[in-house]
Amino acid sequence: MNACTFTAGLSLKPQHYDEALGCSAPGLWWEVHPENYLADGGPRLAWLEAIRARHPVALHGVSLSLAADAPPDAAQLARLAALARRVEPAIVSEHLAWSAWRGQYQPDLLPFPRTQAALQRIADNIARTQDVLQRPIAIENPTHYLHIDGHDWPEAEFLAELVRRTGCALLLDVNNVYISANNLGFDAQAYLDAFPLHAVAEIHLAGHHADPVHGDALLIDSHDAPVAPAVWALYAQVIARTGPVPTLIERDDQLPAFSELLTEREQAHNALTSVQPEEAACS
Amino acid sequence: MQLSTFQDGFSAALLGPAVDAPWLSTLESQPGFAVYRNTVLKGCIDALQANYPTVCQLVGDDWFRAAAAVFARAQPPHDGLLVDYGAGFADFLAGFAPAAELPYLSAVARLDRCWTECHLAADATAVDRHWLAQQTPDTLPQASLRPHPAARWAWCDEHPAYVLWQSHREGRAPTEPLDWTGDGALLTRPHAEVVWHPLSRAGMAFLDACAEGHTLEAAATSALDADPTADFAALISTLLDAGALIPTDSRPG
Repeated sequence: MNACTFTAGLSLKPQHYDEALGCSAPGLWWEVHPENYLADGGPRLAWLEAIRARHPVALHGVSLSLAADAPPDAAQLARLAALARRVEPAIVSEHLAWSAWRGQYQPDLLPFPRTQAALQRIADNIARTQDVLQRPIAIENPTHYLHIDGHDWPEAEFLAELVRRTGCALLLDVNNVYISANNLGFDAQAYLDAFPLHAVAEIHLAGHHADPVHGDALLIDSHDAPVAPAVWALYAQVIARTGPVPTLIERDDQLPAFSELLTEREQAHNALTSVQPEEAACS
Repeated sequence: MQLSTFQDGFSAALLGPAVDAPWLSTLESQPGFAVYRNTVLKGCIDALQANYPTVCQLVGDDWFRAAAAVFARAQPPHDGLLVDYGAGFADFLAGFAPAAELPYLSAVARLDRCWTECHLAADATAVDRHWLAQQTPDTLPQASLRPHPAARWAWCDEHPAYVLWQSHREGRAPTEPLDWTGDGALLTRPHAEVVWHPLSRAGMAFLDACAEGHTLEAAATSALDADPTADFAALISTLLDAGALIPTDSRPG
């Protein structure tokens, strides 16, 4: 993968499919949840392949449940590998979270205590996934809503250790950092200072909103609004240090017109093409 | 604490009152716990609403989402493939007391489910009229075909479920007063997208026989047993034009 051939991407939504197919913005790429394309056949795969014929595609999984105290589901992993062979994604990513547990899937990205045992389990799960996919994956920092007792590791160090043990890359979601810092009362800047930026293969930017009951004390990672100015500011600081890194504008709900998303995406594209990297991230 | 212990307790607490444990109470008492509870339930309900759009049109968003919440607690998803979630929803509606005034709802849900299965099924090349023309009177009876992997067919005895479903899917009210008798549907994917046709009892019996691996002669006998007045030539034309049949030796592609 050459990180310089694509700049800012967008979440691919069926509502915008025709416009997405016709769009030729320079550096554009598309990200999808592979779960929506793990069909045996049919139009979904055909849509994705048509998009893939024109632009790079990234697969952003939400359900491998790598932080569950169990190996990822072998059948689902095999199907993901088959999809990856079919569309040859530029990046495959997943979350530092769990969602499937004892045969039941909870459609969310759930937290856990970052213990020594959890570290070993998740490293094993990432390694298994990478073995099946025969490529490194990128692991995303989660959004936090809860104070959990029993962490042995700060999150940034935990992620750095996963990189060291498995050779995985990281997906830095700047909006998640901003929300988590707000909700748990830590300093987003300090978190980013500790973050292993050398391993970041992709960045996510998204919108959030305040909880209807608790207000700004509890921000929700809703992906239903434009990226907040404070998140753009953190992002500028990150890419000033990393140089250009493929960046996704994530929008999953309250979809605006396609042109509006393109304008927001343009902002990230411009930031990426004008940044002066301190490190040669694209070499 | 072991990771598995944490996940057992957290999972239970997401669905309802948790087992009594101080560490869980500490989590549940934080405002953020409701974010997870809401997101998990909303994720299930949103998926059901996407997968059962015709049911939702018939009952309205509020009724649908309330029913979907009951279903999601009883039959949560098994995996992250939410595009395929809710296989048991039609059966659930059949026994759901608030749906008793809408006795056709379950049959309509079954057709929404047929659409999902048809949409996600494997690709395969269907036989067409050209194939039929190549057969001789000697070979045709003993030949066999099987249903396309994407073909789905369903009969409802008591209600015109297909006419109801079709009119809502096509965004129009039934043009004439409904003839309130049972009917059947065939859903196929002859090109890219799912299409649907009415299908007779004879057609149902024919496809059932093909699915069981019977010869065309035996399948035709089944069809005529189901309806002695069936126009068999017309039935075969319908099935071939819909792309409902594939050769027995073909593999999903």
